[in-house]
Amino acid sequence: MEGKVALLDRIREAKRRRLKEQWNVFKSNRLAYLSLFILLFIALIAIIGPLIAPHDPYEFDLSKARSPPSLEHPLGADELGRDILSRILVGARYTFGVSIVSVMVGASIGTLLGLISGYKGGLWDTVIQRVNDVLLAFPTILLAIALVAFLGQGVHSLVIAIAVSSMPVYVRLVRASVLQVASEDYVVAARMLGLSEWRIMVKHILPNVIAPVIVQLSYHMGLAVLVASALGFLGLGVPPPTPEWGAMIGSGRIYLFSSPHIVFFPGLVISVTVIAFNMVGDGLRESLDPRVRALLRRW
Amino acid sequence: MVSSLSTYLFYRFLQAIVTFFGAMILFFFIVRILPGDPARILAGPEASEEDVAKIREALGLNKPIYEQFFIYLTSILRGDLGTSIKYGTPVVNEILARLPYTIALALVAEAIAVIIAIPLGVLAALKPRSMLSYIASLLSILGTSLPVFWVGLMLIFIFAVELRLLPSSGADSPKHIILPALTLAFFLTGNLARMTKAAVLEALSSNHVVTAIAKGLPFSKILVRHVLRVSLIPILTIISLQLGALLGGAIITETVFAWPGIGSLLVDSLFYRDYVLAQGIIMFIVGVFILLNLLTDIAYALVDPRIRDVLWRVR
Repeated sequence: MEGKVALLDRIREAKRRRLKEQWNVFKSNRLAYLSLFILLFIALIAIIGPLIAPHDPYEFDLSKARSPPSLEHPLGADELGRDILSRILVGARYTFGVSIVSVMVGASIGTLLGLISGYKGGLWDTVIQRVNDVLLAFPTILLAIALVAFLGQGVHSLVIAIAVSSMPVYVRLVRASVLQVASEDYVVAARMLGLSEWRIMVKHILPNVIAPVIVQLSYHMGLAVLVASALGFLGLGVPPPTPEWGAMIGSGRIYLFSSPHIVFFPGLVISVTVIAFNMVGDGLRESLDPRVRALLRRW
Repeated sequence: MVSSLSTYLFYRFLQAIVTFFGAMILFFFIVRILPGDPARILAGPEASEEDVAKIREALGLNKPIYEQFFIYLTSILRGDLGTSIKYGTPVVNEILARLPYTIALALVAEAIAVIIAIPLGVLAALKPRSMLSYIASLLSILGTSLPVFWVGLMLIFIFAVELRLLPSSGADSPKHIILPALTLAFFLTGNLARMTKAAVLEALSSNHVVTAIAKGLPFSKILVRHVLRVSLIPILTIISLQLGALLGGAIITETVFAWPGIGSLLVDSLFYRDYVLAQGIIMFIVGVFILLNLLTDIAYALVDPRIRDVLWRVR
């Protein structure tokens, strides 16, 4: 009995040490580390945006329409005289928030389907893979546009469109990892112990296939910000007057010749967000991929 | 070997056809199963019940679903994508009229990208710690991170508004293609340069190059005969995939620059709520996408005996 407790302690200790090592590798990539803080900062804004916005993002004042950056409006005012800084702060929850939620939804469903497809095999595998192949035949932005166009405008449609268009990658990714893991000794042992299929899938296989999913999540959230803002730009995303970043550029673009600041600042914020996601993705890949980690340890 | 290759090609071809029809069937059901009435959405929020009924009838949405499905499938088989609601002309004609613009834009953009990216990628691989290598990495990061529409608008601001060098939108003269092509090329270049760099780096470390160096061959000869030749295959693959994506219409870029290609036609059709036209364009783009993936795989199999074997073993 005592031996078992000691063993469990040692396993826990080893896990903690690995986590610490992964965190150190991640931290050693300075750009990734900095990007993580940028993303946390944007996430905070997405939550408390309306509280810190200096002006009402919906209140328009035509006398100030298209006024350039000033002390009162640090990033200027848009075509209806609304404060651009306030709109960007409040808009974070639409562009950033929607992207994160949709990718999480798409990735969860995709991971589940990938687990089932890879572990169960047979008819499950065939059906899931055929449908997935079909979804992969659509370019991401086209699938998202098609879904939003036929679902009607709104936050819900946007979430569904991005979730569905990001799902297929996870199905394929997880299925491939499951096929690698499924014949490992510990899975065979779990099966011989008579554990239920669900328990094996969730407790024994999932933790061992999750690393590539986490890496992909970061890249995908960046892509989702691009897709969401592109839909907003095209006028297919959340309907006006919602201060979605892409929609701000879409409605401000006709004033590009006289007031480029209306278009410039929201685009800058989108760019920084997506770059940060990609950098964090690179950092995660370095710290979670055992091959890369071993390579880094050597130096 | 020949028989296994042709069997592979046959299976791959069959798979492409199955995927295409799968996509068409999925699309059919997505539109009808998802919440919301397409006729109501197309008619717009202010439309009367009567108008909605009229649209429903015009689209055949009032017929039973199995009949709709039958009509849908048979017309795809005949190559008939229906009649545009806004223009009153066959959808196929509308697509064909816009296609030359999309092709021209794709070719010019890809040409610019190739001219910049391949030398950049090769040099970055040869001198991994140089300034050029740094620029290649930066371009690749920016190319995957910046929003297309914003880059397009910034280029319009710089070249059309401030410098007054180039026209900002439309397709009236050959000059009009420059800005949209530059915008697209910006995104293609980063990706292509990174892939070129990776391919050249891999070729440089392969055994036959090490042998060639050991034999004392002059560097220029090694580079051209042993390195570039091997790295050409992955590079060509990327180029063909990029072209494929572009031939489906650069939806956002075309919209930013009002370039009259397939992509802007799709956005217009959604704007006018021309459901038939939108559906036809989406089918067309998916078809092009699947076809190009197929051609890439075939070219791969024909060009590289190593890949040929692997592909065959997998299937």
